[in-house]
Amino acid sequence: MDPTRHNSTTEIETTVLGADEIILNMGPQHPSTHGVLRVKLKLDGERVAASECIIGYLHRGVEKIAEHRSYQQFAPYVDRMDYVAAVSNGLGYCEAVEKLLGAEAPPRARVVRTILTELQRIASHLVWLGTHALDIGALTPLFYCFREREEILKIFEKYCGARLTTHAFRIGGLQYETYDGFEEEAKRFCDDFAHRIDEYETLLTENRIWLGRTKGVGILSAEDAIALAVSGPVLRASGVKWDIRKAAPYAAYAQYKFEIPVGKTGDTYDRYIVRMEEMRQSRLICLQAIENIPTGAIMARIGKVLKPPPGEVYHAIEAPKGELGYYIVSDGTTQPYRVRVRPPSFINLQAFDKMARGSLVADVVAIIGTIDIVLGEVDR
Amino acid sequence: MQRFKARFGASIIEATLDRKQAIILVAAAQWLEISKYCRDEEKFDYLADLTAVDWPKREKRFDLVANLYSFPKNERLRLKAHLGENETARTLIPVWPVANWLEREIFDMFGIRFDGHPDLRRMLLPEEWVGYPLRKDYDILTQDQAWVKENLGIESGQ
Repeated sequence: MDPTRHNSTTEIETTVLGADEIILNMGPQHPSTHGVLRVKLKLDGERVAASECIIGYLHRGVEKIAEHRSYQQFAPYVDRMDYVAAVSNGLGYCEAVEKLLGAEAPPRARVVRTILTELQRIASHLVWLGTHALDIGALTPLFYCFREREEILKIFEKYCGARLTTHAFRIGGLQYETYDGFEEEAKRFCDDFAHRIDEYETLLTENRIWLGRTKGVGILSAEDAIALAVSGPVLRASGVKWDIRKAAPYAAYAQYKFEIPVGKTGDTYDRYIVRMEEMRQSRLICLQAIENIPTGAIMARIGKVLKPPPGEVYHAIEAPKGELGYYIVSDGTTQPYRVRVRPPSFINLQAFDKMARGSLVADVVAIIGTIDIVLGEVDR
Repeated sequence: MQRFKARFGASIIEATLDRKQAIILVAAAQWLEISKYCRDEEKFDYLADLTAVDWPKREKRFDLVANLYSFPKNERLRLKAHLGENETARTLIPVWPVANWLEREIFDMFGIRFDGHPDLRRMLLPEEWVGYPLRKDYDILTQDQAWVKENLGIESGQ
């Protein structure tokens, strides 16, 4: 065998199938796979005996593109990775380059960034909740979630002109001042959102069908979660109390009070509860931040041509999906020598096999949904 | 740091701080042993990321880079090793199972082999892909011209 070639014989294909075993392909064109994920399942009756994720259908070579763009030119590209949380991607990248330059965004910029990023976290979790519930068979939450998400997207649109791939931040701070009425609109959304979450919860939290489909499904122990380096809500639902916003605060998070919700068993239901609670906490962070936005400059003095001194930096933020890290190597020119993105979805997806083995084939859909992947980020 | 030196001696080539982040350059031969030591003795239980950087002009062209995190200490550490073009590294799967996909991605993008990896296939690119895109000397243009000629029967004009 030529080792440079992709070897297509896998564990699933090389093992001899038993009498009750079949191989089932899910995706890449399947609505419940949230994009172009293909999962190959080996089924023993209705149980999953082994699984394999086949990814790369959306690979665009983002890391290679970075090597041929200046630092500022690359910033809009990062929005296209996790496209339901573009603001968070942008925050991570801008802060990583700022760290590389030894610069820091002014306090006002940091607080506005925090507000927008937390709104984005809510929006991202709403997409997750709507589609996850839809996969499991609850149709109504989708409409509610997208109704509230629309309000957030409207704020983004008013702020920077774009709804999805926002490119809201610039290296060194912000391009735009907040618009008139930004604080009021954000506050109105947050005030209103408190009882909206309760509304979702009345639909799901004690719903017997929901409990039946999520309790005890796709269990991931804390030990496995750490070994597989999953992060974000998936890690916290397994009982590991770790949030980068607390462990290594960035933007303006050090100023605000919030709780880190954790789960106990690490099943799909716990991940649901953790994300619901996270939306409440995000709302509280937003409210605290809106109370007191400092005045002053929104852009640090870093010059128009960015030439970070040679060296490297790794900067991680708590994106809605988990630890989003940027490892950037500079050779002293205007273009990064290497940009590595540590994608939370990609690494969380690796835990899929662990969660799915032994479960029913119907639960596979619930497990894919609960990991909360975005294929744009998995494949980059 | 001194603990590392005392334990592994000459295998710890260099320890530096860059932008206040700790970096330890180790000998590639001890890559697995030092990783194990980091996890067991220094409590770096979380492999946040594993990647590579290509420096084609250097004698050993690749940097293998592991970004570690420790939950008990709330600290980060970066391990690095230099690898030559045809050298292999030991797989880190026994230490941190997450290394499985990360090493496959490195193999996919840089062509670095990992000894002991059970399933070293391309991760993101299709199986018939030629070359390793994140190498600095990766030549997409020649491939593109060949593709156009073969499939469209014309000169690509690029």
